[in-house]
Amino acid sequence: MRVAITSQGRDRDSLLDRRFGRAAFFIVADTETGELSVHDNAQNLNAAQGAGIQAGSTVAGLDVEALITGNVGPKAYAVLKAAGIRIYLAPDGTVAQSLQRFKDGLLEESLSANVEGHWV
Amino acid sequence: MKIAVASGKGGTGKTTVAVNLCLFLVDAGLQVTYADCDVEEPDGHLFLKPEIVTRRRTGIPVPHVDPEACNLCGECGSLCRYSAIVVLKDRVMTFPELCHGCGGCAYICPARAIAEVDRPIGSIDRGNAGKLGFISGCLDIGQAMSPPLIKEVLKETPDDGVTIVDAPPGTSCPAMTAVGDCDYLLLVTEPTPFGRHDLELMLKAVCSLPMPKGVVMNRVNGPDAATEELCDKYGVPVLARIPEDRLVAEAYSKGLTAWEAVSGYRTVFADLWSGIQKDAGRCGE
Repeated sequence: MRVAITSQGRDRDSLLDRRFGRAAFFIVADTETGELSVHDNAQNLNAAQGAGIQAGSTVAGLDVEALITGNVGPKAYAVLKAAGIRIYLAPDGTVAQSLQRFKDGLLEESLSANVEGHWV
Repeated sequence: MKIAVASGKGGTGKTTVAVNLCLFLVDAGLQVTYADCDVEEPDGHLFLKPEIVTRRRTGIPVPHVDPEACNLCGECGSLCRYSAIVVLKDRVMTFPELCHGCGGCAYICPARAIAEVDRPIGSIDRGNAGKLGFISGCLDIGQAMSPPLIKEVLKETPDDGVTIVDAPPGTSCPAMTAVGDCDYLLLVTEPTPFGRHDLELMLKAVCSLPMPKGVVMNRVNGPDAATEELCDKYGVPVLARIPEDRLVAEAYSKGLTAWEAVSGYRTVFADLWSGIQKDAGRCGE
Protein backbone atom coordinates (compact mmCIF):
# COMPACT_ATOMS: atom_id res chain seq x y z
CA MET A 1 0.00 0.00 0.00
CA ARG A 2 1.29 3.46 -0.90
CA VAL A 3 0.98 6.13 1.81
CA ALA A 4 1.83 9.85 1.67
CA ILE A 5 3.26 11.57 4.76
CA THR A 6 3.65 15.34 5.16
CA SER A 7 7.25 16.02 6.10
CA GLN A 8 9.46 18.95 7.09
CA GLY A 9 12.44 17.32 5.36
CA ARG A 10 13.46 14.88 2.69
CA ASP A 11 14.11 11.64 4.60
CA ARG A 12 12.59 9.15 7.06
CA ASP A 13 14.16 10.90 10.08
CA SER A 14 12.61 14.26 9.19
CA LEU A 15 9.79 15.51 11.38
CA LEU A 16 6.18 15.17 10.33
CA ASP A 17 4.88 18.51 9.00
CA ARG A 18 1.61 19.22 10.81
CA ARG A 19 0.40 21.39 7.95
CA PHE A 20 -1.07 19.66 4.96
CA GLY A 21 -1.51 22.37 2.30
CA ARG A 22 1.73 24.12 3.14
CA ALA A 23 3.76 21.06 4.12
CA ALA A 24 7.38 21.33 2.96
CA PHE A 25 7.46 17.83 1.39
CA PHE A 26 5.29 14.82 0.74
CA ILE A 27 7.10 11.54 1.32
CA VAL A 28 5.46 8.55 -0.32
CA ALA A 29 6.15 5.21 1.35
CA ASP A 30 5.35 1.73 0.10
CA THR A 31 4.38 -0.22 3.20
CA GLU A 32 5.27 -3.58 1.60
CA THR A 33 8.67 -2.76 0.08
CA GLY A 34 9.66 0.09 2.43
CA GLU A 35 10.60 2.20 -0.60
CA LEU A 36 10.39 6.00 -0.16
CA SER A 37 10.07 8.82 -2.67
CA VAL A 38 10.14 12.56 -1.97
CA HIS A 39 7.90 15.19 -3.57
CA ASP A 40 8.60 18.88 -3.09
CA ASN A 41 5.60 21.08 -2.20
CA ALA A 42 7.52 24.39 -2.52
CA GLN A 43 5.11 25.72 -5.14
CA ASN A 44 2.29 25.61 -2.59
CA LEU A 45 4.24 27.09 0.33
CA ASN A 46 3.76 30.60 -1.05
CA ALA A 47 0.34 30.16 -2.65
CA ALA A 48 -1.92 33.13 -1.93
CA GLN A 49 -4.89 30.87 -1.44
CA GLY A 50 -6.04 27.32 -2.12
CA ALA A 51 -2.86 25.61 -0.85
CA GLY A 52 -4.93 22.78 0.67
CA ILE A 53 -6.78 22.23 -2.61
CA GLN A 54 -3.56 22.15 -4.64
CA ALA A 55 -1.87 19.87 -2.12
CA GLY A 56 -4.91 17.57 -2.28
CA SER A 57 -4.62 17.54 -6.05
CA THR A 58 -0.86 16.83 -5.84
CA VAL A 59 -1.36 13.96 -3.39
CA ALA A 60 -4.18 12.58 -5.56
CA GLY A 61 -1.67 12.47 -8.40
CA LEU A 62 0.83 10.47 -6.30
CA ASP A 63 -1.32 7.35 -6.54
CA VAL A 64 -1.61 6.76 -2.79
CA GLU A 65 -4.39 5.15 -0.78
CA ALA A 66 -3.76 7.03 2.46
CA LEU A 67 -2.34 10.28 3.81
CA ILE A 68 -0.69 10.78 7.19
CA THR A 69 -0.59 14.39 8.38
CA GLY A 70 -1.27 16.69 11.33
CA ASN A 71 -4.21 18.82 10.21
CA VAL A 72 -6.61 18.91 7.27
CA GLY A 73 -8.99 21.78 6.51
CA PRO A 74 -12.40 21.51 4.83
CA LYS A 75 -11.38 22.19 1.21
CA ALA A 76 -8.37 19.85 1.31
CA TYR A 77 -10.59 17.24 2.92
CA ALA A 78 -13.15 17.57 0.12
CA VAL A 79 -10.46 17.04 -2.55
CA LEU A 80 -8.86 14.08 -0.76
CA LYS A 81 -12.25 12.47 -0.18
CA ALA A 82 -13.20 12.92 -3.84
CA ALA A 83 -9.89 11.31 -4.78
CA GLY A 84 -10.67 8.36 -2.48
CA ILE A 85 -7.69 8.95 -0.18
CA ARG A 86 -8.07 8.04 3.47
CA ILE A 87 -6.71 10.56 5.98
CA TYR A 88 -4.91 9.57 9.19
CA LEU A 89 -3.95 12.18 11.79
CA ALA A 90 -0.66 11.60 13.54
CA PRO A 91 0.95 13.17 16.64
CA ASP A 92 4.38 14.83 16.38
CA GLY A 93 7.18 12.48 15.43
CA THR A 94 9.47 11.54 12.58
CA VAL A 95 8.32 10.23 9.23
CA ALA A 96 9.56 6.72 10.19
CA GLN A 97 7.73 6.85 13.55
CA SER A 98 4.51 8.04 11.91
CA LEU A 99 4.70 5.28 9.35
CA GLN A 100 5.25 2.68 12.09
CA ARG A 101 2.28 4.02 14.07
CA PHE A 102 0.19 3.73 10.92
CA LYS A 103 1.31 0.14 10.30
CA ASP A 104 0.60 -0.74 13.94
CA GLY A 105 -2.96 0.58 13.54
CA LEU A 106 -2.38 3.32 16.14
CA LEU A 107 -3.56 6.22 13.93
CA GLU A 108 -7.22 7.08 13.76
CA GLU A 109 -8.84 7.75 10.40
CA SER A 110 -10.23 11.28 10.13
CA LEU A 111 -13.75 11.33 8.75
CA SER A 112 -13.99 15.12 8.56
CA ALA A 113 -11.76 18.18 8.42
CA ASN A 114 -10.18 18.67 11.84
CA VAL A 115 -9.36 22.37 11.49
CA GLU A 116 -11.20 25.42 10.11
CA GLY A 117 -10.46 26.81 6.70
CA HIS A 118 -8.65 30.13 6.61
CA TRP A 119 -8.81 33.14 4.33
CA VAL A 120 -5.73 34.94 3.16
CA MET B 1 -13.87 64.11 -13.17
CA LYS B 2 -13.51 61.21 -10.80
CA ILE B 3 -11.88 61.90 -7.42
CA ALA B 4 -11.08 58.94 -5.18
CA VAL B 5 -10.77 59.45 -1.44
CA ALA B 6 -8.53 56.80 0.08
CA SER B 7 -6.18 56.16 2.99
CA GLY B 8 -3.79 53.48 4.12
CA LYS B 9 -5.16 53.43 7.66
CA GLY B 10 -8.84 52.94 8.38
CA GLY B 11 -10.73 55.53 10.41
CA THR B 12 -8.77 58.57 9.28
CA GLY B 13 -11.84 60.30 7.85
CA LYS B 14 -12.30 59.14 4.25
CA THR B 15 -16.06 59.23 4.46
CA THR B 16 -16.02 62.52 6.37
CA VAL B 17 -13.90 64.15 3.66
CA ALA B 18 -15.81 62.50 0.78
CA VAL B 19 -19.26 63.42 2.10
CA ASN B 20 -18.38 66.99 3.03
CA LEU B 21 -16.63 67.56 -0.28
CA CYS B 22 -19.76 66.30 -2.06
CA LEU B 23 -21.98 68.68 -0.10
CA PHE B 24 -19.66 71.60 -0.82
CA LEU B 25 -19.60 70.84 -4.56
CA VAL B 26 -23.39 70.48 -4.75
CA ASP B 27 -23.72 73.78 -2.93
CA ALA B 28 -21.31 75.30 -5.45
CA GLY B 29 -23.74 74.26 -8.19
CA LEU B 30 -21.89 71.31 -9.67
CA GLN B 31 -23.38 68.00 -10.78
CA VAL B 32 -22.01 65.55 -8.21
CA THR B 33 -22.26 61.82 -7.50
CA TYR B 34 -21.10 60.08 -4.36
CA ALA B 35 -19.98 56.46 -4.96
CA ASP B 36 -19.42 54.34 -1.85
CA CYS B 37 -16.83 51.72 -2.83
CA ASP B 38 -16.08 50.76 0.78
CA VAL B 39 -18.37 47.82 0.07
CA GLU B 40 -17.37 45.78 3.11
CA GLU B 41 -18.54 48.56 5.37
CA PRO B 42 -20.38 51.25 3.42
CA ASP B 43 -21.37 54.15 5.68
CA GLY B 44 -21.88 57.17 3.42
CA HIS B 45 -25.65 56.62 3.59
CA LEU B 46 -25.60 57.26 7.36
CA PHE B 47 -24.60 60.87 6.72
CA LEU B 48 -26.18 61.57 3.34
CA LYS B 49 -29.50 59.82 4.14
CA PRO B 50 -30.30 59.23 0.45
CA GLU B 51 -33.61 58.14 -0.97
CA ILE B 52 -32.83 54.77 -2.63
CA VAL B 53 -34.54 54.42 -6.00
CA THR B 54 -33.12 51.14 -7.31
CA ARG B 55 -31.32 48.18 -5.85
CA ARG B 56 -29.75 45.51 -8.01
CA ARG B 57 -27.96 42.31 -7.10
CA THR B 58 -24.57 41.69 -8.62
CA GLY B 59 -22.20 38.78 -8.72
CA ILE B 60 -19.16 37.27 -10.34
CA PRO B 61 -19.03 34.62 -13.07
CA VAL B 62 -17.88 31.25 -11.73
CA PRO B 63 -17.33 27.99 -13.65
CA HIS B 64 -19.97 25.32 -14.01
CA VAL B 65 -18.56 22.12 -15.51
CA ASP B 66 -20.63 19.78 -17.64
CA PRO B 67 -19.30 16.33 -16.61
CA GLU B 68 -20.58 14.76 -19.86
CA ALA B 69 -18.59 17.15 -22.05
CA CYS B 70 -15.45 17.29 -19.86
CA ASN B 71 -12.56 15.02 -20.92
CA LEU B 72 -10.54 15.68 -17.72
CA CYS B 73 -7.65 17.18 -19.70
CA GLY B 74 -6.71 19.35 -16.71
CA GLU B 75 -6.03 22.62 -18.58
CA CYS B 76 -8.49 24.61 -16.45
CA GLY B 77 -6.88 23.40 -13.23
CA SER B 78 -3.35 24.30 -14.36
CA LEU B 79 -4.49 27.73 -15.53
CA CYS B 80 -6.29 28.77 -12.33
CA ARG B 81 -3.97 30.64 -9.95
CA TYR B 82 -6.53 30.55 -7.18
CA SER B 83 -7.24 26.81 -6.94
CA ALA B 84 -10.89 27.51 -7.67
CA ILE B 85 -11.01 24.59 -10.10
CA VAL B 86 -9.13 21.33 -9.68
CA VAL B 87 -9.12 18.25 -11.92
CA LEU B 88 -8.92 14.80 -10.35
CA LYS B 89 -8.77 11.42 -12.09
CA ASP B 90 -12.51 11.05 -12.49
CA ARG B 91 -13.99 14.48 -11.84
CA VAL B 92 -13.54 18.24 -11.73
CA MET B 93 -14.14 20.07 -8.46
CA THR B 94 -14.88 23.78 -8.24
CA PHE B 95 -14.55 26.12 -5.26
CA PRO B 96 -16.70 29.13 -6.23
CA GLU B 97 -15.75 31.12 -3.12
CA LEU B 98 -12.11 31.15 -4.29
CA CYS B 99 -12.94 32.13 -7.88
CA HIS B 100 -11.93 35.65 -8.97
CA GLY B 101 -14.25 35.47 -11.99
CA CYS B 102 -11.56 35.89 -14.67
CA GLY B 103 -13.27 33.45 -17.04
CA GLY B 104 -9.95 31.86 -18.02
CA CYS B 105 -11.08 28.28 -17.39
CA ALA B 106 -14.11 28.59 -19.68
CA TYR B 107 -12.00 30.34 -22.31
CA ILE B 108 -9.24 27.75 -22.35
CA CYS B 109 -11.41 24.58 -22.12
CA PRO B 110 -10.81 22.62 -25.36
CA ALA B 111 -13.96 20.53 -24.80
CA ARG B 112 -16.16 23.62 -24.25
CA ALA B 113 -17.37 21.92 -21.08
CA ILE B 114 -17.32 25.00 -18.85
CA ALA B 115 -20.14 27.50 -18.69
CA GLU B 116 -20.00 30.59 -16.51
CA VAL B 117 -22.78 31.09 -13.99
CA ASP B 118 -23.34 34.13 -11.83
CA ARG B 119 -22.56 33.82 -8.13
CA PRO B 120 -24.23 36.72 -6.26
CA ILE B 121 -21.86 38.57 -3.92
CA GLY B 122 -23.61 41.83 -3.12
CA SER B 123 -25.97 44.60 -4.09
CA ILE B 124 -25.77 48.12 -5.46
CA ASP B 125 -28.12 50.88 -4.31
CA ARG B 126 -28.80 53.97 -6.38
CA GLY B 127 -30.66 57.07 -5.39
CA ASN B 128 -30.37 60.72 -4.51
CA ALA B 129 -29.61 62.85 -1.49
CA GLY B 130 -31.16 66.12 -2.60
CA LYS B 131 -29.27 67.15 -5.74
CA LEU B 132 -26.44 64.72 -4.99
CA GLY B 133 -26.39 61.44 -6.92
CA PHE B 134 -25.81 58.45 -4.67
CA ILE B 135 -24.43 54.98 -5.47
CA SER B 136 -23.39 52.46 -2.86
CA GLY B 137 -22.15 48.89 -3.04
CA CYS B 138 -22.72 46.45 -0.21
CA LEU B 139 -20.96 43.10 -0.06
CA ASP B 140 -23.05 40.22 1.27
CA ILE B 141 -22.20 39.00 4.76
CA GLY B 142 -19.77 36.08 4.56
CA GLN B 143 -18.30 37.10 1.21
CA ALA B 144 -14.56 37.76 1.14
CA MET B 145 -13.90 39.11 -2.34
CA SER B 146 -14.90 42.73 -2.88
CA PRO B 147 -13.09 43.92 -6.07
CA PRO B 148 -15.68 42.53 -8.52
CA LEU B 149 -18.43 44.43 -6.68
CA ILE B 150 -16.30 47.60 -6.51
CA LYS B 151 -15.82 47.41 -10.30
CA GLU B 152 -19.59 47.17 -10.75
CA VAL B 153 -20.15 50.24 -8.55
CA LEU B 154 -17.61 52.21 -10.61
CA LYS B 155 -19.31 51.14 -13.86
CA GLU B 156 -22.47 52.87 -12.65
CA THR B 157 -20.81 56.23 -12.05
CA PRO B 158 -21.64 58.90 -14.65
CA ASP B 159 -19.04 60.15 -17.15
CA ASP B 160 -19.99 63.77 -16.68
CA GLY B 161 -19.93 65.99 -13.61
CA VAL B 162 -17.83 65.19 -10.56
CA THR B 163 -17.83 61.75 -8.92
CA ILE B 164 -16.39 61.34 -5.44
CA VAL B 165 -15.33 57.72 -4.87
CA ASP B 166 -15.21 56.70 -1.20
CA ALA B 167 -12.55 53.96 -1.29
CA PRO B 168 -12.02 51.10 1.15
CA PRO B 169 -9.08 51.45 3.57
CA GLY B 170 -5.76 49.68 3.12
CA THR B 171 -3.38 49.22 0.22
CA SER B 172 -4.51 45.86 -1.15
CA CYS B 173 -6.74 44.83 -4.07
CA PRO B 174 -10.01 46.45 -2.85
CA ALA B 175 -8.36 49.87 -2.36
CA MET B 176 -6.40 49.67 -5.60
CA THR B 177 -9.52 48.62 -7.54
CA ALA B 178 -11.39 51.64 -6.22
CA VAL B 179 -8.68 54.22 -6.99
CA GLY B 180 -7.05 52.78 -10.13
CA ASP B 181 -9.10 54.67 -12.72
CA CYS B 182 -9.68 57.95 -10.92
CA ASP B 183 -8.51 61.31 -12.28
CA TYR B 184 -7.41 62.58 -8.90
CA LEU B 185 -6.48 60.76 -5.71
CA LEU B 186 -6.99 62.28 -2.26
CA LEU B 187 -5.26 60.51 0.61
CA VAL B 188 -6.65 61.18 4.07
CA THR B 189 -4.37 60.77 7.06
CA GLU B 190 -4.27 61.60 10.75
CA PRO B 191 -1.43 62.88 12.94
CA THR B 192 -0.59 59.58 14.65
CA PRO B 193 2.30 57.14 14.14
CA PHE B 194 -0.17 54.63 12.65
CA GLY B 195 -1.60 57.28 10.37
CA ARG B 196 1.85 58.23 9.08
CA HIS B 197 3.00 54.62 8.75
CA ASP B 198 -0.01 53.62 6.68
CA LEU B 199 0.07 56.85 4.68
CA GLU B 200 3.61 55.95 3.61
CA LEU B 201 2.47 52.44 2.61
CA MET B 202 -0.24 54.08 0.51
CA LEU B 203 2.15 56.62 -1.04
CA LYS B 204 4.40 53.73 -2.06
CA ALA B 205 1.46 51.72 -3.39
CA VAL B 206 0.12 54.53 -5.59
CA CYS B 207 3.37 56.16 -6.73
CA SER B 208 3.27 54.35 -10.06
CA LEU B 209 -0.33 55.38 -10.77
CA PRO B 210 -0.49 58.24 -13.27
CA MET B 211 -3.07 60.53 -11.66
CA PRO B 212 -2.10 63.54 -9.50
CA LYS B 213 -2.45 63.06 -5.76
CA GLY B 214 -2.96 65.23 -2.71
CA VAL B 215 -3.08 64.65 1.03
CA VAL B 216 -5.72 65.76 3.53
CA MET B 217 -4.51 65.85 7.13
CA ASN B 218 -7.52 65.27 9.35
CA ARG B 219 -7.92 65.97 13.10
CA VAL B 220 -4.87 68.20 13.16
CA ASN B 221 -4.24 69.75 16.58
CA GLY B 222 -0.96 71.47 15.97
CA PRO B 223 1.99 71.35 13.61
CA ASP B 224 2.83 67.86 12.37
CA ALA B 225 6.25 68.16 10.78
CA ALA B 226 6.65 64.39 10.37
CA THR B 227 3.61 64.04 8.11
CA GLU B 228 4.47 67.20 6.16
CA GLU B 229 8.01 65.87 5.58
CA LEU B 230 6.65 62.50 4.48
CA CYS B 231 4.40 64.14 1.88
CA ASP B 232 7.30 66.29 0.75
CA LYS B 233 9.50 63.23 0.34
CA TYR B 234 6.97 61.65 -2.04
CA GLY B 235 6.24 64.93 -3.80
CA VAL B 236 2.56 64.91 -2.85
CA PRO B 237 1.13 68.27 -1.70
CA VAL B 238 -0.90 68.68 1.49
CA LEU B 239 -4.12 70.29 0.27
CA ALA B 240 -6.02 70.62 3.52
CA ARG B 241 -5.46 70.51 7.26
CA ILE B 242 -8.75 69.85 9.02
CA PRO B 243 -8.56 70.86 12.66
CA GLU B 244 -9.41 68.55 15.54
CA ASP B 245 -12.86 69.77 16.59
CA ARG B 246 -15.14 68.33 19.24
CA LEU B 247 -18.19 69.82 17.52
CA VAL B 248 -17.41 67.77 14.39
CA ALA B 249 -17.05 64.61 16.48
CA GLU B 250 -20.36 65.29 18.25
CA ALA B 251 -22.10 65.88 14.94
CA TYR B 252 -20.56 62.68 13.54
CA SER B 253 -21.87 60.66 16.47
CA LYS B 254 -25.38 61.83 15.54
CA GLY B 255 -24.92 61.05 11.85
CA LEU B 256 -24.54 64.73 10.93
CA THR B 257 -21.85 66.16 8.69
CA ALA B 258 -19.40 68.90 9.62
CA TRP B 259 -20.88 70.81 6.70
CA GLU B 260 -24.35 70.81 8.28
CA ALA B 261 -23.42 71.09 11.91
CA VAL B 262 -20.40 73.33 12.21
CA SER B 263 -19.87 76.71 10.65
CA GLY B 264 -16.48 77.45 9.22
CA TYR B 265 -16.07 74.27 7.23
CA ARG B 266 -17.08 75.90 4.01
CA THR B 267 -13.65 77.50 3.77
CA VAL B 268 -11.85 74.22 4.48
CA PHE B 269 -13.58 72.41 1.62
CA ALA B 270 -13.52 75.39 -0.71
CA ASP B 271 -9.74 75.52 -0.24
CA LEU B 272 -9.50 71.76 -0.75
CA TRP B 273 -11.47 71.98 -4.00
CA SER B 274 -9.38 74.80 -5.40
CA GLY B 275 -6.27 72.83 -4.39
CA ILE B 276 -7.50 69.80 -6.32
CA GLN B 277 -8.35 71.87 -9.38
CA LYS B 278 -4.98 73.58 -9.36
CA ASP B 279 -3.15 70.31 -8.77
CA ALA B 280 -5.15 68.38 -11.39
CA GLY B 281 -3.78 70.85 -13.92
CA ARG B 282 -0.34 69.33 -13.38
CA CYS B 283 -1.70 65.93 -14.41
CA GLY B 284 0.84 63.19 -14.98
CA GLU B 285 3.71 64.71 -13.03
